[in-house]
Amino acid sequence: MRNLYSILKKEIGSYFISPIAYVVIGIFLIICGYFFYGAISFFSLLSLQASYDASMQAGINTTEGLFLPLFSNMSLIILLIIPLLTMRLFSEEKRLGTIEVLLTLPVRDGEVILGKFLACAGVFSLMLTLTFLYPLIVALWGELETAAVLTGYLGLFLIGIAFTSLGLFFSSLTENQIVAAVASFGAFILFLTIGWSSEFVGPPLNKVLIHLSILNHFSNFAKGIIDTSDLIYYLNFIFLCLFLTSRVLESRRWRG
Amino acid sequence: MIEVKNLTKYYGPVMAVEDVSFSVKKGEILGLLGPNAAGKTTTMRILTCFLSPTRGEARVAGFDVSKEPLEVRRRIGYLPENAPLYLDMRVSGYLEFMAQIKGIEPAKRKKSIAEVMENCGIANVSSRIMGHLSKGYRQRVCLAQALLNQPQVLILDEPTLGLDPKQIIEIRELIKKLAGKRTVILSTHILPEVSMTCQRVVIINEGRVVAEDTPQNLARAFEKSNQILLEIEGPSSEVASELAKIPGVLRVNLKDSLSQNMHLYLVESEKDIDIRRELSSKIVHKDWGLLEIRPVSMNLEDVFVKLVTEEKTQR
Repeated sequence: MRNLYSILKKEIGSYFISPIAYVVIGIFLIICGYFFYGAISFFSLLSLQASYDASMQAGINTTEGLFLPLFSNMSLIILLIIPLLTMRLFSEEKRLGTIEVLLTLPVRDGEVILGKFLACAGVFSLMLTLTFLYPLIVALWGELETAAVLTGYLGLFLIGIAFTSLGLFFSSLTENQIVAAVASFGAFILFLTIGWSSEFVGPPLNKVLIHLSILNHFSNFAKGIIDTSDLIYYLNFIFLCLFLTSRVLESRRWRG
Repeated sequence: MIEVKNLTKYYGPVMAVEDVSFSVKKGEILGLLGPNAAGKTTTMRILTCFLSPTRGEARVAGFDVSKEPLEVRRRIGYLPENAPLYLDMRVSGYLEFMAQIKGIEPAKRKKSIAEVMENCGIANVSSRIMGHLSKGYRQRVCLAQALLNQPQVLILDEPTLGLDPKQIIEIRELIKKLAGKRTVILSTHILPEVSMTCQRVVIINEGRVVAEDTPQNLARAFEKSNQILLEIEGPSSEVASELAKIPGVLRVNLKDSLSQNMHLYLVESEKDIDIRRELSSKIVHKDWGLLEIRPVSMNLEDVFVKLVTEEKTQR
């Protein structure tokens, strides 16, 4: 436990010693802010139209009209941003050779992996928390369905840490950060869009593909629904990636 | 303290070390000597549990590296080759992190860190970012990290690589001071380093142990003749022929001419007899000037080259 804490602290520290965390968080907030501005402008236009047309009024609320499109946009930005946070986790240690010091210290592989994973997840959570400003703005000047929006955030959080675990895995495979990042991008996009091909394949494979799709499991959260099967999917996903990472570290001892 | 038995490591089909066995007693300093790619680093990586052996076993402080790696790692300090460091961290922050992970109690951390910084001469750079440090300082920061928590066993892979001559001397002194208190294995391909710091040497070549002894014994065992260096003022051809007449002398070589009448000679004589007295009386008798007389012992370098080349011709 103490080792995990030390590694976590060191990893978070190294995000903030270098400009990485500031740049990534800054860019993330700028793009999200831009999307939020777009979404809220569109929503106010919609509201204006609804004020002339009584039949439209029933269907309009901030969750579906504003946060649903915002969240799906944000999930894409998260996809683009996470590899930049995860690519260095193991690759840099391998390239610098510091992994030789780290893995000969009295720590378990699991503590190293979990420490790095939690550090990156922590930076991501901070990034996500800063966007709480948007619901806050909506709450001040409009009607906010707090529970639904929080559920949406839970979904984004789960997508983010699932990507983090996958990115961590790719980082453990190579000492080249670019390779780690590109491989992560590819895998993320595949997991986001794998559901699309379910339309072209027959049962039972289509059900499998839909179940594998990260987007499919996210859409419920965005609508404000917490389904345990979605939760289990994400937890499974993360567990599998961390497990594979530990296998990679273990196999390195044998391969050399 | 350290026992290595029939250690073998293959990287896929490539053999790195084969059937390496040696042991190190408590408080001893052992030098692992070998040309590049001889298997020194691989052996050390196995001892530090960074790699698993393909066959054979290694025990450090009584714990098997394959079965109880955490217990082993708790008892070692490791300086890898090229002294890898987190280049974006500060020296003090890095040592603090290492002290935490090595399990030094919070109350003692400051003192232990100050101590190793003092010993390695890095106190003046404690607040610098490691990426900005010179190679010599990086090497010493990494050594400081290895010394933290006073490990029973120190494993140092090329500890003096990249240091300037003064720093090399300092680090060697530091390692020598550890003798008796800690068990040290250090690898190097710099030969004088071994004869200066180590009590015992294991010479590895192409993954195999080719010799194991004290540096002095190794040098003696490989001397097939005694050699004496003479600087004599006198006519060179006459001197050479006269010296060769002395019983026991095998060969007289003119090594160098310092001026027209002053020459350096290397006289080889039979092993186990001392002919210096005969040489000097002959020279005095002939009324030449004896400017220098000095026995030349075979140094480790010669032994090493001999061993490594003999190995090749045998196979």
